[in-house]
Amino acid sequence: MKRSTVVIRPSARALSRQASSQSFLLARSSALTSRQRRLYSTHPPNARLNLPIDYATTPLLAHTSQAALSNPELPASVRNGTTKRMNLFQAINDALSTALAEDESVLIFGEDVAFGGVFRCTTKLAETYGGDRVFNTPLTEQGIMGFAIGAAAEGMRPVAEIQFADYVFPAFDQLVNEAAKFRYRDGAGGRSAGGLTVRMPCGGVGHGALYHSQSPEALFTHIPGLKVIIPRGPVQAKGLLLAAIRSNDPCVVMEPKILYRAAVEQVPTTAYELPLGKAEILKEGKDVTVVSYGQPLYKCMAALKAAEQDFGVSVELIDLRTIYPWDKETVFNSVRKTGRCVVVHEAMVNAGVGAEVAAAIQEDPETFVRLEAPVARIAGWSIPTPLVFEQFNLPDVTSKCYLTLGLADVYADGMPRDIRRHQKGDEFLRDLSMNSGILKQSMLHSSRRGVDWLMGIVLDDIILSVFLV
Amino acid sequence: MKSIRAPLLLRRQGAASALQHALRRQSHPTSILTASSTRQLRRSSSLSQRLDAKHVMFPGAVKSEFSSTMRFEHPSTYPALPTYRVVDQHGVVVDQSFTPDLSDEEVIKLYRDMLTISIMDVIMFDAQRQGRLSFYMVSAGEEAVSVGTASALAKEDVVFCQYREQGVFQQRGFTLAEFMNQLFANHKDYGKGRNMPVHYGSKQLNIHTISSPLATQLPQAAGAAYALKIQRMQDPSIPPRVVAAYFGEGAASEGDFHAALNIAATRSCPVIFICRNNGYAISTPTLEQYRGDGIASRGLGYGIDTIRVDGNDFWAVREVTKKARDLALQDGGKPVLIEAMTYRVSHHSTSDDSFAYRARVEVEDWKRRDNPIARLRKWMEAKGIWDENKEKEARESIRRDVLKAFAEAEREKKPPLRAMFEDVYEELTPDLKKQMGELKIPNMSNNDRVVIAVLIVLSITVILAVVGIKYVRQVARSRITARQVDHGEANEAGESENHGQAQAQAQA
Repeated sequence: MKRSTVVIRPSARALSRQASSQSFLLARSSALTSRQRRLYSTHPPNARLNLPIDYATTPLLAHTSQAALSNPELPASVRNGTTKRMNLFQAINDALSTALAEDESVLIFGEDVAFGGVFRCTTKLAETYGGDRVFNTPLTEQGIMGFAIGAAAEGMRPVAEIQFADYVFPAFDQLVNEAAKFRYRDGAGGRSAGGLTVRMPCGGVGHGALYHSQSPEALFTHIPGLKVIIPRGPVQAKGLLLAAIRSNDPCVVMEPKILYRAAVEQVPTTAYELPLGKAEILKEGKDVTVVSYGQPLYKCMAALKAAEQDFGVSVELIDLRTIYPWDKETVFNSVRKTGRCVVVHEAMVNAGVGAEVAAAIQEDPETFVRLEAPVARIAGWSIPTPLVFEQFNLPDVTSKCYLTLGLADVYADGMPRDIRRHQKGDEFLRDLSMNSGILKQSMLHSSRRGVDWLMGIVLDDIILSVFLV
Repeated sequence: MKSIRAPLLLRRQGAASALQHALRRQSHPTSILTASSTRQLRRSSSLSQRLDAKHVMFPGAVKSEFSSTMRFEHPSTYPALPTYRVVDQHGVVVDQSFTPDLSDEEVIKLYRDMLTISIMDVIMFDAQRQGRLSFYMVSAGEEAVSVGTASALAKEDVVFCQYREQGVFQQRGFTLAEFMNQLFANHKDYGKGRNMPVHYGSKQLNIHTISSPLATQLPQAAGAAYALKIQRMQDPSIPPRVVAAYFGEGAASEGDFHAALNIAATRSCPVIFICRNNGYAISTPTLEQYRGDGIASRGLGYGIDTIRVDGNDFWAVREVTKKARDLALQDGGKPVLIEAMTYRVSHHSTSDDSFAYRARVEVEDWKRRDNPIARLRKWMEAKGIWDENKEKEARESIRRDVLKAFAEAEREKKPPLRAMFEDVYEELTPDLKKQMGELKIPNMSNNDRVVIAVLIVLSITVILAVVGIKYVRQVARSRITARQVDHGEANEAGESENHGQAQAQAQA
């Protein structure tokens, strides 16, 4: 099964040197007609790993009405209802519309919210519910947050939008010193900013660079008094957002913006809540627990599938859903069973959610004694997100790939499977080394296709960690 | 802070806001486009330049005329905004239109409020120096600003304070006991012993609990005012309410101040921003805090109705706030800014010695020259409702009351340790429950407490019953024994008697 990648690469480079869009299109069409000619950014033929996530088939989304309504967390009345196909921003819009309709005290505001928001989450809400309840604010995040806290303290349920999570920092003081402490400070008075919900898009899309790709959830998970929630898809977004709006604690809801249009599923049409502070076991397994939340879950799922197929390991996948206060019980129970744990997130690895989960696992005596390997973290590098290197800042694998080759000798006996002796393992490693070559080249020629493809690279990282542990 | 997509959005926004501005112009008498017909309305809402127009309607400045003279505006060429006063330093009324709207008793009550906080300040400052209190902040010199403004608000109005407005609390009915409970952080403190001294709050009096970070209360006040406005829109039976937000001139340098004024203006929030410009932010004098004409000039920049007032003149402050409240409720609600000029006679706090950065003589001058309490007293004395005896009597009785409340609060217990973990969230989280356990705090709900209390009562009853039964049985047994013994003794006695008689008989 010899591959022709090495032969193809020079011609591909030559193709992409041609600057005109016409030649680019020609090259693309030729790549389509002939599998021998392709761009750097495309996948190697017959590649099994690092494929772009197929949101249309991923088991993490409810593609059928039946799948959506079989969710045991939904009340019976909802399960007997109907569903509608929605993407993430439509589901959020649906939740906001539900909240506005059911409770007069709900207000929705932020920058550019009135016309529908830059990500379309508030489309038609101002028209339907009036400009007094859905409105634009001046460009002042601290003002938006302070305004929301004041309104919440006087009995409203404001849903404030911060246009990008990258811009929440002027509002950090209001969130940390005011929203989170309001109830504590007021004491017997019982007044709080509990009606407050803050929504903000987060995460990388491939070209957001320093100020349009951050995932600052760990900054908020350090703050007692706040609840931090990250949905992975439309069904979750609606249920968790409604729960957050109705919750009497201030909630920070971070929405992975890459999923706004990508994640589509059947969403129950009636109002429902999903529990806050509860994790969800997406897939049961015996050998290793993978803990994640938001967009990386899709990469985890694909990686686990491949790892299970190739190496016969059985992996449990847990979606935290609420990042703080997080569901330790579910994670501990899982790790007590598997003895191994990998935490995956997109945000920087330093002092991140992974650190908290790993520390909590080793601190819990009952869980610690069951550990058979150190808890692994797969996360972003400890750097800002640089534009042309963005794909390498998403949890990346190249370096670890070679490291693993070396470690395979050292840890051969300690590993669940010896990947070198495994026939499919050989293919796997060949895939990886080939991909790493392409990675280097795509550094020179960044393109959207390349970005999409490289987003999938986290797969390898997870698979390798499964080996490592 | 704007997304890369923002310019496109702004253009759309601009068009919309220009339309709003143009519509608003319809009612403006000096408008160049005194349009009355629909056709003209349509024309005026267009962004395009009209032929021979003296100005173009830039979305950001619809009334700006073109000028062929290049001239920079210098702040110094504009006169400083005037400072309104009703009564001068001598207690003489200078605004001839002024008529007091309070009865003599009401004026005396408010005067006593000012007196009370000034006396409490001295006592508590000393108490801190004696180590009986961790911290204190006095408001000497600024009593008229807090009591005067508060006196013009309604009970239902919502108040956000900074930290030097004990007069507002006092005026609205916060008791000396409530002050002291907070200062001593005892178990009666509403804040459950969590906040530093002087961080008062009262739900009953609609005053939000004070937080230390400066100016954070200002955008909150705008949001709270918007909430009141919406609530009244949704339920017209609710009386019209405003929010009053207090801050110092130093806090006005914070971003939150600017955010608050801007957002309050754009959302037409019924909020009164009350600035105590007392000359110092801890040690920083106003000259190092800002340039320009004080805080008041900023209100105009944000399109807010603004007034500057003599903060040492109780009557001026009250009159201004009364009018501000009316204004704030007009046109569906709008913000108003009051800059009250005063002087911080006191140190910033007990942690500060202000003579390190200002001359003692400056402070003494201010104390002598212009004291808000003295000014109101002079006015009252001129009116014949106050005199030296009343003053002496009032001061003595207030001092007694403060010391009594002080002693009582100091004796009270501290709040329970579990208060440390409560109110972080509405419900205790599993983590917090675990941490309480680690601190050896029994983690009990009220239900648990009831169950335990019932169990204790039951067990005590059982023990008492058992002991009681045993005791009764023992007593009964001892009585039986005693009776038996008595019987035996009686027999013995009878026998001995008989024996005695026998002996006697024998002797006979």
